[in-house]
Amino acid sequence: MIHTDLCIIGAGPVGLFAVFEAGLLKMRCHVMDVLPQIGGQLSEIYPKKPIYDIPGYPVVLAQELVDNLSKQIEPFNPTYTLGERVEKIERQEDESFILETNEGTQCHAKAVVIAGGLGCFEPRKPALEKLENYEGKGIDYMVRHPEKYTNKKVVVAGGGDSALDWTIYLADMVEELTLVHRGSSFRGAPDSAEKIFKLAEEGKLNLKLNSQVTALHGNGVLKECLITDKAGKAELVASDYFVPLFGLSPKLGPIASWNLNLDRNAINVNVEDYSTNVPGVYAIGDINQYPGKLKLILSGFHEAALMAQSAYRVVSGGKKASLKYTTVNGIQSF
Amino acid sequence: MDIKIHIEEADGNINTIEAPTDMSLSLMEILKASDYPVAATCGGMALCASCHVEVLDNTYNEEANDAEMDMLDTLPVVSNSSRLACQMPITEEMDGIRIRLMAEEVTG
Repeated sequence: MIHTDLCIIGAGPVGLFAVFEAGLLKMRCHVMDVLPQIGGQLSEIYPKKPIYDIPGYPVVLAQELVDNLSKQIEPFNPTYTLGERVEKIERQEDESFILETNEGTQCHAKAVVIAGGLGCFEPRKPALEKLENYEGKGIDYMVRHPEKYTNKKVVVAGGGDSALDWTIYLADMVEELTLVHRGSSFRGAPDSAEKIFKLAEEGKLNLKLNSQVTALHGNGVLKECLITDKAGKAELVASDYFVPLFGLSPKLGPIASWNLNLDRNAINVNVEDYSTNVPGVYAIGDINQYPGKLKLILSGFHEAALMAQSAYRVVSGGKKASLKYTTVNGIQSF
Repeated sequence: MDIKIHIEEADGNINTIEAPTDMSLSLMEILKASDYPVAATCGGMALCASCHVEVLDNTYNEEANDAEMDMLDTLPVVSNSSRLACQMPITEEMDGIRIRLMAEEVTG
């Protein structure tokens, strides 16, 4: 079990800056995020987006901001659990918390900070009947372990870079590969599209354009995908795996079941310290809600600073933090 | 001038909102300002599809740009009239346009 002062859920810019503010007050932090890398939506969705409203930066690219935040918190040696979703938060008798992820990782923390942004980023799922029946039994929404597809029959769906890249990667290792795309051509990287058409010409790929997977068949595990084209012509394709790659969309996820006061999928907080209705649990950044809330990174940074002052009292058993200016004290690491 | 935009919600209800054409706003910004459940995760750069709408009015002929088409290509469910509201600047030509909200809500 991981032991820490603050467990921060969410490794976006606000979660990372919370590590800094907590570090200034000598609180250790463990950061957990469902995404496999830090940076939240900045790294996952728009790494090259220019951001103009960060003080001191006339303009900064989203990923550059994440990289700098990561560097800024290095002195405080935060630890991370990435690629796992926090499922449970259980309050202990001594008012500390034990958090548990979907992979069974446990973290014991004196206080919890939810910096979950828009929630968890989860795969967009196609609207297919009985889809859930085959999850884990032939359907993968992400390619985590490509070696499992060796000598298998695989159907990939999607027209974005992810679908093209994985199709190219899998072409030489699977027994049979089908790519289904509802459009007639691929935009995105021209080089990738060219490779896809070449693979189809070489007979290494069954390319189904203007088509969609419209039904799944199997008996406990996936056996076949029904692929239907725009003209209505349908074909059954033997499939050990169906890999729909339609990108990610935000979902609130397990946060909804943590007994927090929610308002329109955001957590209500006390604006004095961004505490929630559960003592010892704070919510900062886009995940929280209060009168006048501005969903800006800038606002999340401010909230992180106030949260840290309050969380210090929780972590230190009631002591009040004394505000120390970094200009005077510098950054004193652990 | 102000134009009228008719918005069909998931339950079939149609509401009409007014939008100014002289403030360089996009349809996404108008929807957000009107408290519609539009996350606009990427801030209007055609990178997240959380402002996906369907244009029900066939008189709107402005073509989608490449970035918008690229994003729409990645979605599991689209129609021929799918658009990203962030890529639709409010113009006088849109007066009376009817749209349907398609964006996924941020739900548990």
